[in-house]
Amino acid sequence: MLLSHGGEPSGAADPVARWTVEQVLALAPDDASRKAGSRLGAAGPWSEAGHGGTGTVWGLCKGSGSKPYRTVVDTTGPAYKCSCPSRKFPCKHALGLLLLWASDGSALREGEAPEWAGEWLEGRRRRAAERAAAPAAGEGPAAGLADPEAARRRADRRAERITGGAQELEQRLTDLLRGGLAAADRSGYALWEETAARMVDAQAPGLAGRVRELGAIPASGPGWPVRLLEECALLHLLDSAWLGLDRLPEPLAATVRTRVGLTSPAEGPAVRDRWLVLAQYDTQDGKIVTRRIWLHGEESGRTALLLSFGAAGRSPGQALPVGVTIDAEVTPYAGGGRLRGELGQQFGAPIASASPPPGGTTGDAVTAYGRALLDDPWLDSWPATLRDVIPVPSGDGWQLVGAADGSALPIAPSGLSRPGLWKLVALSGGGPVTVFGECGHRGFDPLAAWCAEASDDSAGATVALV
Amino acid sequence: MSTTTTTGAPVNAPWEELVTSALLGTDRRPPPTGSGPADGPAALLDAAALHTVRRRAALLPATGAAVPEAAPPDPRPPLPAAARRRLAQLLADRSAPSGSGRRGTAPDLTELIPQWLASAGARGFRAPADLLPALLDAARARTDLRPHALAFAGPRGLWLATLNPEWKFALRASTNRSRLPSTEDQEAVVRLWEEGLFAERVALLGAVRAQDPAAARALLATTWSTERAEDRLMFLDSLRTGLSSDDETFLEEALSDRSRNVRSTAAELLSALPDSALARRMAARATSCVNPDRTGGEEAIAVEAPHECDAAMQRDGVAPVPPSGRGERSWWLGQLVEATPLTVWRERFGGRAAQKVVALPVADDWGAELHAAWCRAAVRQRDPEWARALLGAPSTPPASGPGTASLAERSKLLAILPTAERADWVAGFIAAHGLSEAFQLLGVCAVPWAEPLGRSVVDALDIARDAGSYPWSFSGVMGLAERCLDPAEADRLEVLTTTPDEPEGASPGAGGYWSEAFRRLVSTLRLRAAMDAELAQAA
Repeated sequence: MLLSHGGEPSGAADPVARWTVEQVLALAPDDASRKAGSRLGAAGPWSEAGHGGTGTVWGLCKGSGSKPYRTVVDTTGPAYKCSCPSRKFPCKHALGLLLLWASDGSALREGEAPEWAGEWLEGRRRRAAERAAAPAAGEGPAAGLADPEAARRRADRRAERITGGAQELEQRLTDLLRGGLAAADRSGYALWEETAARMVDAQAPGLAGRVRELGAIPASGPGWPVRLLEECALLHLLDSAWLGLDRLPEPLAATVRTRVGLTSPAEGPAVRDRWLVLAQYDTQDGKIVTRRIWLHGEESGRTALLLSFGAAGRSPGQALPVGVTIDAEVTPYAGGGRLRGELGQQFGAPIASASPPPGGTTGDAVTAYGRALLDDPWLDSWPATLRDVIPVPSGDGWQLVGAADGSALPIAPSGLSRPGLWKLVALSGGGPVTVFGECGHRGFDPLAAWCAEASDDSAGATVALV
Repeated sequence: MSTTTTTGAPVNAPWEELVTSALLGTDRRPPPTGSGPADGPAALLDAAALHTVRRRAALLPATGAAVPEAAPPDPRPPLPAAARRRLAQLLADRSAPSGSGRRGTAPDLTELIPQWLASAGARGFRAPADLLPALLDAARARTDLRPHALAFAGPRGLWLATLNPEWKFALRASTNRSRLPSTEDQEAVVRLWEEGLFAERVALLGAVRAQDPAAARALLATTWSTERAEDRLMFLDSLRTGLSSDDETFLEEALSDRSRNVRSTAAELLSALPDSALARRMAARATSCVNPDRTGGEEAIAVEAPHECDAAMQRDGVAPVPPSGRGERSWWLGQLVEATPLTVWRERFGGRAAQKVVALPVADDWGAELHAAWCRAAVRQRDPEWARALLGAPSTPPASGPGTASLAERSKLLAILPTAERADWVAGFIAAHGLSEAFQLLGVCAVPWAEPLGRSVVDALDIARDAGSYPWSFSGVMGLAERCLDPAEADRLEVLTTTPDEPEGASPGAGGYWSEAFRRLVSTLRLRAAMDAELAQAA
């Protein structure tokens, strides 16, 4: 927690945002700790539980031993500390404490942290302040830049390996097309797995990921040859773009480098804004969990995507409760329409927020996607907020129909299989709602919704659909 | 995007031809891209990439399907914020995988859902829209939740259920009163009665009967002869609510129904009307079998069971064939006594009150048979005086009690007694006999338990602890206590949560487990108090 409020009046009247039960449960590294945490999410085993009013929570939890465990959570990180021996992170005590905080208004008293919790919180605060001060002092020869010449040589070597990989991939794609996609159905998954492994060797994780996805297409139902041809063609476009990188304009070249898997650090300038957290969801890719957090800047009008990753048994490091607004800096990455950003300094605690981003029509959403393809033809989707749409059943699926003009976007398959679809339908009740989601060639994938109907208890509140 | 490709192939080749060529292979089917065969695959990929990006960039919204009818409005007020968070936690915990092993000291949230729903429903709150799917899922998995969950879900919940086949149960379970026509609207009533779905018709009949029983009977009579046997049975069953002597004529006719189930249900309903002709016929038969016996010194009851089950008896609903293992004559006797108005016996035995009649000795081992039949009659006729007499004093050991030793029958008899008396009786039973047989009896007591009942349960648990047994021998009662004790008792129970010194001969470690069980009891009661307080807040 940073004490700097950047000149704004501190102690604003806005209530500090409390997390919802669903948001807390989403932090659990696995089902077992989710269950164990739920059991601890009631007043029973807790004593001296309290919160500091700024997102810090602490409590003593009676365990099997004689001494209770000391649990502290800083929800702005979030960061956890617990004296229990669990290797899970966050542990069940931290989850239980957060659940107690989320569900039982009377269980935690607001006040000063006890000494044992205060030390840790103070230490975090100090380190954060040092980090914030560091860039000014650390402009000099930082560790990574110790030998720019060596770094350049390493980058060149890697680029050569990727080039080798791209050439090999190009060869495999043309071989595939020469023999026909019909054969791809028979050759099965192993062919793609092996090719993906070759791309990992070539240090091109972006290519490897796309290749692996090709392997799933022949089993994806009717129309798979068309989808396979499309994805093969885009993969071909990517590797030939890499091979011709020096002839591309710089923004497109940056996109190609990112798509291939070369990450470059986020480069400024940082955008400070009041960012509304629109959605947070995880996807599993092998052993790695990728967490996506969508933000919308109130003043800048920008939408930003925060990515974080977690290995098996650990939640991705970043977590922000959907529906709150944080005053923070976000630094964009190059490439891909500069959508991805990195969360920098936060100012003050998150506060509860009510209003959705300004939205548009279904036509606006597909137009924005189409325009974004100019910068990044490999984009599957682009964030969009639809104003006043009604979820309507249509054939086997669902549509979002504009209340004003009757135009419709189909809900994407990923959105159809999620329980959040029914939350959206329930919230709408057959009337118009505002929906944020990812709009792309597969349809619109709803991630959050707001109901304008003033009489509803969820009025204005952001309802997470993932 | 550039409009030329890296291989210079034309980009406007029709997409279908590209797909065909890709499927079959460019060796067999060169792509329509105009280049040499060596460039075939790359040219095809170039053209396909361009086509794909162009198609994606040119997407347009479709014309939307017709918007379905919106959910009917729900005028109930929204939940207070704290109660809303609590519901979210209860429903989220429900979906967590169930663990095994010791329960620890934390309350079991799943067990508190029914109570929360009942309480929220009683206070007339509207369910939060975004929690409706979880609520319907919970009701789907647990039939015991359905009535309260569906009432709480309200019209929007039903509207939602029409859209998802997994929630079909909600449409079946709900009487859907909002869609019924006004009972004033004669034409609409008749149309729904003639064209409606079965569930709608049952609901309609109930609604009309509540307003005007005669009109309901008239409505039923219009189609009675053409209804299917199962439906006739269900319609007849709906007369149970608000049964009166006005229904007798209709029921008498149903005694000649084609279906045996309809006949026996009609007979059962008639026998619950003490003034009905059937009840009088049964009384005549029963009193010819059960007589005062003055042959000995003291007055007793002599029983001469019927020797045959004639056609008239069968028409009055007596089943002629006993279940295997039972004698015919005692089977017939049981049915006659069960269907006989209990008031008959006072007259038969010299004006004695029920208690005195029950106390009379019965000759020739017919006692158990006769008393069991009286128990069934008391339940059927909802007669508290007879129920009281047949239950006897709670301190009497069950085996030598007056009416029946069966706990199931006793709990049915208890259910007829007024709430306070019921709780007192069970409290007395527990004080005298402990907890081991009390579970079923506790189940019919009103929640939260009255103070004397709660105290006797807690005392019995305390005694069991002092006796050195393990708490899990009483886990059923302990679980009931968590749900049914008055939350106000929590403070008084706090003293039990300490770990006592192990008494001589106690089971090892029992003291610690008891302390844990009592801690859970106390924290569950506190949680219930908190839940009530949250629901009591202004929204």
